[in-house]
Amino acid sequence: MENFFLAISLILVLLILFSLCRGIFGPTVFDRIIGVGFAGSKALSILVLVGFIYKRIDMFVDISLAYSFLFFISTLVFAKYFQKKGAT
Amino acid sequence: MSIAAVLFILGGTFFFATGVIGILRFPDFFSRMHATGKGDTLGIMLMLTGLSLYNLGSDFSLAGILVSIKLMLIGVFWLLANPTATHALMRAAFDSGLMPWTKDGRPVLEWPPK
Repeated sequence: MENFFLAISLILVLLILFSLCRGIFGPTVFDRIIGVGFAGSKALSILVLVGFIYKRIDMFVDISLAYSFLFFISTLVFAKYFQKKGAT
Repeated sequence: MSIAAVLFILGGTFFFATGVIGILRFPDFFSRMHATGKGDTLGIMLMLTGLSLYNLGSDFSLAGILVSIKLMLIGVFWLLANPTATHALMRAAFDSGLMPWTKDGRPVLEWPPK
C-alpha cells in the first residue's frame, strides 16, 4: 500500500508543477493567485499521504489541518488586497 | 475497505487532473476559476474520504478513529472554505474591471451601468 501512496504523491507533484506554470506565466494577477492556490490544495493532500508513508499520521494530520486554515486565510487576504480599479 | 479506499483516492486524483487541464487550457480567468473551484473541492473530499477509510481499516482503535474524524474535519472545512474563497476572488476580479471572455470579443454586459 505504501507504493501506491508513493505513486499518487508523485502524480500530485507533477500536477503541482503544471499548475505552477499558470502561476508563473499567468496574464493577470488573479490567474497567478489561483495557480498558487490550486498548488496549495494538492500540497495538503501530499502532506496526508506522506504521513501514511512514514506511519506518523497522527502528527501529519495536525499539520495538514493548520495548512488548510492558512491557505483559506491567505486567499481571502489576497482577494481583499488586490481589489482595486485597474489592478489587472 | 482497502479496495474502496483505493477507488476513492483514484477518483480524487482524476478530479485533480481535470482541474489542472482546465487551468491550463481555458481561455480566461473566470472559466479557469470555474474549473478549479469545482474540481478542487470534489477531489479533496474524495481523497480525504478514501484516506480516512484506509486508516479505519488499518488500525481500529480510539486514536485511529480520532485521526479519521480529523481527516473528515479537514474535508468538511474545505467544503465550506473553498467555495467561499472562490467567490471572494471572483468578486474581487469582477470589481477590478476584468470582463468575461466571449468568442467575438464583445462584452457580455455594460459595466458599470449607466
